[in-house]
Amino acid sequence: MITFDRVSKRYPNGREALTNVSFSVHSGEMVFLTGRSGAGKSTVLKLIALLERPTRGSVLVHGRNTNALKSRHVAAFRRRIGVVFQDHRLLPDRPVFDNVALPLAVAATPLKEIDKRVRAALDQVGLLGRERSLPQELSVGEQQRVGIARAVVSKPPLLIADEPTGNLDPDLSLEVMRLFRRFQDVGVTVIVATHDLHLVREFGQRVIVLEQGQVQGGAPPDTLPSLVATR
Amino acid sequence: MSLSVGGTRHLQALLGSLGRLARSPLSTFLTLLVISLALALPAALRLLVTNAQLATGNFANAIDVSVYLKTDVPLAKAQQLAQSAGQRLDVAAVTLISADKGLEEFRTYSGFGDALAALKENPLPHVLHVRPRLEAGGNAALESLRRYFGAWPEVDLVQVDAEWVMRFNAILEVLRRLLMMAAALLGVGVLAVIGNTIRLEIQGRRAEIEVTKLVGGSNSYVRRPFLYTGVLYGLGGALLAWGIVAIAVTLLGEPVATLAKLYGSRYVLLGPSRDDVGVLLGAGVALGWLGAWISAARHLRSIEPRA
Repeated sequence: MITFDRVSKRYPNGREALTNVSFSVHSGEMVFLTGRSGAGKSTVLKLIALLERPTRGSVLVHGRNTNALKSRHVAAFRRRIGVVFQDHRLLPDRPVFDNVALPLAVAATPLKEIDKRVRAALDQVGLLGRERSLPQELSVGEQQRVGIARAVVSKPPLLIADEPTGNLDPDLSLEVMRLFRRFQDVGVTVIVATHDLHLVREFGQRVIVLEQGQVQGGAPPDTLPSLVATR
Repeated sequence: MSLSVGGTRHLQALLGSLGRLARSPLSTFLTLLVISLALALPAALRLLVTNAQLATGNFANAIDVSVYLKTDVPLAKAQQLAQSAGQRLDVAAVTLISADKGLEEFRTYSGFGDALAALKENPLPHVLHVRPRLEAGGNAALESLRRYFGAWPEVDLVQVDAEWVMRFNAILEVLRRLLMMAAALLGVGVLAVIGNTIRLEIQGRRAEIEVTKLVGGSNSYVRRPFLYTGVLYGLGGALLAWGIVAIAVTLLGEPVATLAKLYGSRYVLLGPSRDDVGVLLGAGVALGWLGAWISAARHLRSIEPRA
C-alpha cells in the first residue's frame, strides 16, 4: 500500500527532516507513527499526501511512485487519501454539512449521493443531526470528529491523521482512536502520527518510531518508553 | 462526469458566487459602479457617433456641384452643355437654372426685389446644378468632376458644396478613432479592476482554497467560482452601464429634439440598438471572464495546502 524507499527530505531552509527512511505499510493495516516533535512524523504524512516531494528516494502510494505523478494528476491522487489534522482545518463560515461534503463536491458526486454519504459519515462519528451547525458551535472533540467525517466521507482506501488527539482529553482521544480502528476493520489502511504513547500502547498496533528523521527498528509497543519521551 | 452533474456543479459555483457578492453589497456595488462607468463611456461615445451620422445622413445626398457659366454663354449652349454633362456615368442628374429663372428666384426669396428692378439687365449667369451619383461621392471623384467642368471654356466657376460634409465626416472619423482608443484603454481598466477584486477575494479565501486542494479539488474546480464572480461583475457592470446610457439618452432626448426643431429637423435622439446592447453585454462578460482568469491563474497557483 505504502512504501518509503530510502527517502530523504531536506526543506528549503536547509533542515533535513528525514534521512534515508524506509518502511512499508500493508493494505488494511493500522500503524502508529511516533516520535518526538520534530522527529519527522509530519513530513512522512506530507510526503504521502503529496504536500511535499522527497529530496531523495521514492514514496509509493497505492502502488504508484509519487515521483512520477504529474501535477495535474495530484488532485485525483489526493481524493483517494483521507487526511485528519490536529487543528481539524474546518471552514469556519460553512455549516458541518458543507465541510463534510467538500471531498464529494470536488469529485463531482451527484447531489443525492452527497446527501446520503454525508449523513452516513456523520452517523459514523456520532454527529448525525448537527449538519446545519457551524463549526464554532461544536465542542473541540466534535469539531475533530467532523474533520474525521470529512476525511472518510469519500471512502478513501487510505486514511492519514496528524496528531488527531493533540487537543483532546484522554477520554475523547480514546474515542477518536476507536473510530480509526473501526475504519481499519472495514479495510481502510490507517496511519496515525501521534506522540501519545499511552494510547499507542493501549491499541497494540504496529508502531514506526522516528528519531531525528530516521526509523528506529520495528519496536514492539511495550519497549517504547525507552525510545520516546512522553511530553 | 455526466452532463447533468457537470451542470449542477456549474450552477452551484454560480449560485455560490452570487451569494458571496450579495453578502457584501456595498463593495460589490462600488466595484460594479467603477466597471459600469468604464463601459458606459465608450458605449455613450458609440451612440454619439451613430446619432451624429444619422442626423447628418440626409445631407450626404446634398453634395452638389454648382457650375457657373460665363454670362455671355447663350441659353441654347447652356442646354447643350447640360445634356452632355448628364451623359457622364458619375453624374446622377443635371438641372439647368437659366439666368432668368435664377433672377426670378432671387427676387422672390432675397427680399431685394425693388433693388433688382432697377437693374437694366440680368447680371446672373446660367447655372448647372450637378448631382453626382452617390458612389461617386468620394473626394477624388468630386475632384475629377470639378476638373472636368473647370476645363470647359464656357465655365466661369465650379463650386463643390461638399466641403462641410467632408469636414464633418472627418470629425466623425476622429471621434470613431477616439472611441476605439477609449474602449481599448477602459477595457484594460476593467480587466485591472476585476483582476484586482478577484485577487483580494482569493486572498480572503486562502484557507478554503488550501483545504479544497487538500481533499482533491483540481485547479479548475478551485478556479471556477472565481471565474463566475468575474463574469458576474462584468455582466452586472455592463447592465449598469446600459442603464446609465439609457438615462443619459432620456435626459438628452428633449433638448436634442428642441435643437433639431430649431434647425427645421424632426430628428429624435436614438438610444442604443439591440446590437449595441449585445456588444456591451458581450464585452462585459468577456472582460470579466478574462480578468478573473488572468488573476486566478496568477494567484491560485501559489496557494498549495500545507500540513
